[in-house]
Amino acid sequence: MIKFESVVKKYPDGTVAVNGLDLVAPSGKITVFVGPSGCGKTTSLRMINRMIEPTSGTIWLDDQDTGKVSESTLRRGIGYVIQHAGLFPHRTIVDNIATVPLLLGWDKKKARARSLELMERVGLDPNFARRYPAQLSGGQQQRVGVARALAADPPVMLMDEPFSAVDPVVRGELQDEFLRLQSELGKTIIFVTHDIDEAVKLGDQVAVLKVGGTLAQLASPAELLTDPVDDFVAGFVGRDRGYRALGFESGTLDAASEQTVKFGDDSATVLRAGRDGWALAVDEARRPLGWVRSAAVPSGKQVGPELLHRGGTLASVSGSLRAALDAALSSPSGRGVLIDENGALVGTVTAAEVVQRIESHLHARRDQHDEGAVSGG
Amino acid sequence: MINYLKNNPDNVSEWFFAHVWLSVVPVVLGLIIALPIGWVASHYRWTYPPITNLAGLLYTVPSLALFIIMPSILGTKILSPINMVVALTVYSVALLVRVVADGLNSVAPDVRAAATAMGFTGLGRFLKVDLPIAVPVITAGLRVATVSNVSLVSIGALIGVPQLGSLFTTGFSRYIPGIVLLGIVLCLVLALVLDGLIILGGRLLTPWQRAVAKR
Repeated sequence: MIKFESVVKKYPDGTVAVNGLDLVAPSGKITVFVGPSGCGKTTSLRMINRMIEPTSGTIWLDDQDTGKVSESTLRRGIGYVIQHAGLFPHRTIVDNIATVPLLLGWDKKKARARSLELMERVGLDPNFARRYPAQLSGGQQQRVGVARALAADPPVMLMDEPFSAVDPVVRGELQDEFLRLQSELGKTIIFVTHDIDEAVKLGDQVAVLKVGGTLAQLASPAELLTDPVDDFVAGFVGRDRGYRALGFESGTLDAASEQTVKFGDDSATVLRAGRDGWALAVDEARRPLGWVRSAAVPSGKQVGPELLHRGGTLASVSGSLRAALDAALSSPSGRGVLIDENGALVGTVTAAEVVQRIESHLHARRDQHDEGAVSGG
Repeated sequence: MINYLKNNPDNVSEWFFAHVWLSVVPVVLGLIIALPIGWVASHYRWTYPPITNLAGLLYTVPSLALFIIMPSILGTKILSPINMVVALTVYSVALLVRVVADGLNSVAPDVRAAATAMGFTGLGRFLKVDLPIAVPVITAGLRVATVSNVSLVSIGALIGVPQLGSLFTTGFSRYIPGIVLLGIVLCLVLALVLDGLIILGGRLLTPWQRAVAKR
């Protein structure tokens, strides 16, 4: 657990970077600090490992006052991932990752072995071990940065916009892998970003900070999207928040069963299987491949890859309503494809059906609210 | 030129080796002194302008004048080579302070922040992070300082310190251009060899730079 207690950072020129921050980041969870430039999010992060000293207030690491430990002891026990990775250009990848273990006095062999283990863990080719950072792509460097922070297995990790300098596709991959890694490791993480989408995707809780260094709202991502506490937070959370909040709603959908076709089926089979002019093609394991327009298969010809429309997204049957709605909206047939955990077809659902489900969820929530208001009053 | 070399091999080789150590020792001493001063100039930003300006000013002092006033400052004999070593060390420091400071400043802010966050402290960080990354910049400065020293050393002939510069004074007093030419050639060879050694040393210390170039 990391606890901020009335933490203030004021610079000699009078600038207040952080103004009386009170906040608890629970153990084993990801707490995201998000806000515009100048909101003091990085300053707050750097006060935890005392790269910046607070002007007043206390930061607790479990029951330890961070102001009362030596800086180097404190820092060697906290993993740190920085924007652009900040790798040591003169050290090989394996030595970069081994930095903290070597500082802690591990012997070289053990530190190297640990490095290699972590490279595998973060999805890096072991052939990179002897390379230098400049020989890696931005995304690979950032993986090394994460591995380096994890090397001495610190219970706490500080991450300062670690994924903001890579392209959106790589960023998405890094975020997904980060979540997978966290589900295995359960570190106490403070994650700084200026990107509200990243905050909502990664955070167990999100702290929205305002310029001048005050906490505007501390809430779960779903609560932040559905119930912003003031205009600033509402504005910062941005458009589409109703739609984005669906990402946190899941509900069982009644999937309609779907007649399917396979590669090699003839036009007659497709016409029979198709509904509203579209048939879904699947592979041997019943994994959806794409939609086939029944009328597009010339008589006597067979279904092949060239006839597939791949526009539709796939939604997990146990996933969010947002994904299900998106699957329905993006599907050329208007029927969203639901799959199970193996990727096999479960059935299809229309946008209207998903919206109906959403409506009933919202009703249920409003009823709860009313009851709460009554009993509270 | 060749005749003189044939007739006076002992003289020439003695002067050559005198020239070698008069060129090298001040650069080595200069680097050792410039490292902490350069570190101060890079670590405490406000000291950078005064320190580098002062260093620049030192470099403008004419070398002959410095050789001549050294004995009165140091209390050494006028012909002592110590005078030259100290004076040339001053020049090397003057050149290298800025180079060391710039080299240390060339460490990217992200790398600095990462080093701090990993728990590197003062000297360890200087030796394991900042200095190795500064090597390419410092190497470039060392090359300039060394080559400039090879040429400055020869001026010492005017105050009677024997080294390759003595070939210039000898050639001049005897009106034999060949002897002067021999001096120039040997100075040039020495400068090229020392320069090559520094490049080699720099390469050995920075395998990471070549690895990047190969990509």
